[in-house]
Amino acid sequence: MAKGILGKKVGMTQVFDVDGRLIPVTVIEVTPNVVLQKKTVETDGYEAVQLGFNEKRANIVNKPQTGHFAKVGTTPKRYVREIRLQDMNEYEPGQEVKCDIFAAGDYVDVTGTSKGKGFQGVIKRHNFGTGPMAHGSKYHRGVGSMGTIDPNRIRKGKQMPGRMGHETITIQNLTVVRADAENNILLVKGNVPGANKSLVIIKNAFKKQK
Amino acid sequence: MSQQIINQVTQEFIKSDVPSFRSGDTVKVSVKIKEGNRERIQVFEGLVIKRQGGGVSETFTVRKISYGVGVERTFPVHSPVVEKIEVIRFGKVRRAHLGYLRGLSAKASRIKERR
Repeated sequence: MAKGILGKKVGMTQVFDVDGRLIPVTVIEVTPNVVLQKKTVETDGYEAVQLGFNEKRANIVNKPQTGHFAKVGTTPKRYVREIRLQDMNEYEPGQEVKCDIFAAGDYVDVTGTSKGKGFQGVIKRHNFGTGPMAHGSKYHRGVGSMGTIDPNRIRKGKQMPGRMGHETITIQNLTVVRADAENNILLVKGNVPGANKSLVIIKNAFKKQK
Repeated sequence: MSQQIINQVTQEFIKSDVPSFRSGDTVKVSVKIKEGNRERIQVFEGLVIKRQGGGVSETFTVRKISYGVGVERTFPVHSPVVEKIEVIRFGKVRRAHLGYLRGLSAKASRIKERR
């Protein structure tokens, strides 16, 4: 069954496993999410669960939003995201979702917004090679050829310098090392997109679903 | 706040009974080795040439000469595989990282004792 939760990336550290090996983990803080709304095929044309995560001051929430939160009887939330789920029988508006929906050993996909890198050249952005730096080469970090001369234009999709990063990235098939519902902490093996304190969406792995 | 959460996660792994030692000291490290379903302890004795990192990730490197060949092993300080660390001799050195010992003869790499 598909399931998902919102969390905040805290940072990375290492923990020992049962065999005494050090494994790199990302710490994700998952305070209980609240189901704000259920979207169904009849009313909305698709199925999804709307989750709210992280507290927000009431005086910065506008009136329509305040009403939306008041409807399910919860405090205002900073992040409101929808998660597409097929089987939603066990979710009811106002219900809390905790990180114990996952257990150690589960596979998850983690989505986040990667760190923005600004305007970057092709070497960093598209992994081009550099020209020789010495022996008077005069060609160091350039874009290189624009392609064949024949069409008298640059072909679509030519990789060039530009804005890099700050895009939605999903890393698939990460292992859950620990799901601690008491302290609202989820440990995921390996790294996760985005800066510390940024929002991440954790779903069970798409490729491991049966 | 973030660091507090990370400390809370790693707290359970941090050993409280690690003796204080630093580079230049000679130590005996008891390492658990699993062979099938049997477990035994192997002792690795040598000179600590560096300590790196902090928290759970802290490691130290031990160097010894085994049958005329230099052998270096790096252990995490808080690893459950490291059963015991025993300090045999405190050495007096003026570097945190004793990489220079690698090129020296046995006679030149002697270290004075710290009292």
